[in-house]
Amino acid sequence: MSDILPFLKSIISVAGLSGYEAPVATLIEQKWTPLVDEISRSKLGSIHGLKTGSVSAKASRPSVLIATHMDAIGLMVSRIVDGFLYVTNIGGVDSRVLPGTPVIVHASGNGAQELYGVVVMPPANLLPEGKGAGAVALQYLLIDIGYTPNEVAKRVRIGDRVAFGTEPVEMSGGCVSGHTLDNRASVAALTICLEELQAKSHVWDVWALASVQEEETFAGAFTSTYQIRPTIAIALDMTFGKGTGSNDYTAFPIGKGITLGIGPSMHPFLHKRFKEVAERVEIPVKDEAMPQYSSTDADAMQLTAEGIPTMVISIPLRYMHTPVELVALKDIQRAGRLLAEFVASLEADFINKIAWD
Amino acid sequence: MLSIGKPQIKLLEKLCNAMSVSGDEGEVRRIVLEEVKPYADEVKVDALGSVLVRKKGAGKKPLRVLLDAHMDEVGFMIVNDEGEGFFQFEVVGGIDARHLVGKQIIVGKEHTVGVIGAKPIHLTTGEERQYTIETDAMRIDLGPEGKANVGDRATFATKFKQVGPSIMSKSIDDRIGVAILIELLKHAPKNIELCLAFSVQEEIGLRGAKVAAHYFEPDLAIAVDSTPARDLPDYDGGENFTYNTKLGFGPAIYMANSSTLDDPRLVRFLAEMAEKEKIQYQFRQPGGGGTNAGAIQQTRAGVPVVSVSVPHRYTHSPISISRVDDWKNTLNLLHMALKNMTFDLLAGRYT
Repeated sequence: MSDILPFLKSIISVAGLSGYEAPVATLIEQKWTPLVDEISRSKLGSIHGLKTGSVSAKASRPSVLIATHMDAIGLMVSRIVDGFLYVTNIGGVDSRVLPGTPVIVHASGNGAQELYGVVVMPPANLLPEGKGAGAVALQYLLIDIGYTPNEVAKRVRIGDRVAFGTEPVEMSGGCVSGHTLDNRASVAALTICLEELQAKSHVWDVWALASVQEEETFAGAFTSTYQIRPTIAIALDMTFGKGTGSNDYTAFPIGKGITLGIGPSMHPFLHKRFKEVAERVEIPVKDEAMPQYSSTDADAMQLTAEGIPTMVISIPLRYMHTPVELVALKDIQRAGRLLAEFVASLEADFINKIAWD
Repeated sequence: MLSIGKPQIKLLEKLCNAMSVSGDEGEVRRIVLEEVKPYADEVKVDALGSVLVRKKGAGKKPLRVLLDAHMDEVGFMIVNDEGEGFFQFEVVGGIDARHLVGKQIIVGKEHTVGVIGAKPIHLTTGEERQYTIETDAMRIDLGPEGKANVGDRATFATKFKQVGPSIMSKSIDDRIGVAILIELLKHAPKNIELCLAFSVQEEIGLRGAKVAAHYFEPDLAIAVDSTPARDLPDYDGGENFTYNTKLGFGPAIYMANSSTLDDPRLVRFLAEMAEKEKIQYQFRQPGGGGTNAGAIQQTRAGVPVVSVSVPHRYTHSPISISRVDDWKNTLNLLHMALKNMTFDLLAGRYT
């Protein structure tokens, strides 16, 4: 198995907020191109990589779509006052993780530079009565990029994206910490899956999808699934890792395996096949209860066209949506391998076997 | 005029990236010792760990001037190993807990990187998000096999950066003062006996400077520190009357804070010197805060003191910001002041 760490580090070190995925998409496309037979971009910017299966009649060849969203949460400049930037959120951001967080402003004004800055919390007496005590809400936080007000006005525009600036770091136990591991760790796992499939025969077509805008609207998953119209679809995303603040049933230990979703977004027959494959190749998996929504691309894919059987598999991640997410590389490799084994297990008439109790 | 060039920036970067939490200032001490030895007539490390440096002046008994800058920074101490890489910690010095979650931390002599995580937003309620997460609910996570010892110090992992007219670091307070003292030693004027205290434990009660000043018994002293600039916009668009200091307005001369009333003769002298040399300066808004001047003033039979600070925004947080020009102007104001000091300065009326 190849060392995925350099690729993972590279894709969490570039921009790619929801709706503005182009920089990271370029890297993913480069990486996938030699691993697939066809590669293209959707109208909204998602990447579609096709690795063709070995069933001869093209018209009837069944296909499995594996979706990993490539967009990231972050911030967007909403106004500029005296050289300070006010921001709003793109995706779910708890404002309590922001004061003191390094950020990269993707400035579109003069020079169109990436500007380093920090989110700051104004003193209470500069905020409306009562707003400076306790957690300071996002609307009151500022970004300082170290330039004078004149220079800031020239360089930064309203609407400019702001990404977390925390640098990726390797940690003990084969772990990596950084921002945007949700969901670039899954992109890395899907890459491993494609690498594994180079040496495996599979009868089904495989569509590798790096989808856009999952964190806001699932726009990428809805539209790409419609365009590709796969026989079945799988979302690979992150789930909660056990750690500070989350230790109940919703969280799973990191480095100890991946999870298989159970609930209305998942077709039980696909869950069953994943479990059988995992047992056969000895990849540790746990069932993850998702009683209503999976909150992944699967929720969208399932509802595309006349409906598509979907499945969700997840990699545990500590401190999701903070600048210091933490994942075990082992789990990324497991997810990639399990996907490859699942794909290889799909017989030509698998879809005819999908049955309800 | 002394300038801030590449060597000065490089030294400050090295000083800022070192970990030197109050009571464990070894990393900065080693850098300081290496820097001062070629230029000093006397160097010693005292009982608390402060570096004390003397540069003799000309004549039989020149004016003895003490400059102080503290080597320590706020940070954390590991207090409990909970296993599987999770460590409980306590804060050393004044840190607002709201700056901690979601941050990278370095721990121990190896600077092992850890993180202070938080519950994912998906699992929180809107009401919960209005409350501060308290320090005792946080842990430093060093990864599943992470090792650290109880007693290890830790601090923010953010690295020094130079950005446009600014510098950004976890510990501008007070490595910028340390850098200024080193530069002044390299350009020490002959008219005075220059004593330098690179002091320990300022952030936890002005401890190091107290005994350092006793040792030197100076005629007068200047605490060279870094003071908060709160020159941010008022949310409602009103005027910000409580900025303390402003970035880009030069060295901040103190007149009064919660630990000292600064000697009016020294305040006047510094302001006049700045006017004469056309060095931009500002008066820090009186009140609050404290510097080592408070500890030095009350040693032995008393020492005339004043504080001069380089302003920085976002005190005791992962990233503070200062302007290179303010650093340069502070260095030059102090340099000119030292060059022009005589015993006459103290002969005048106190008020």
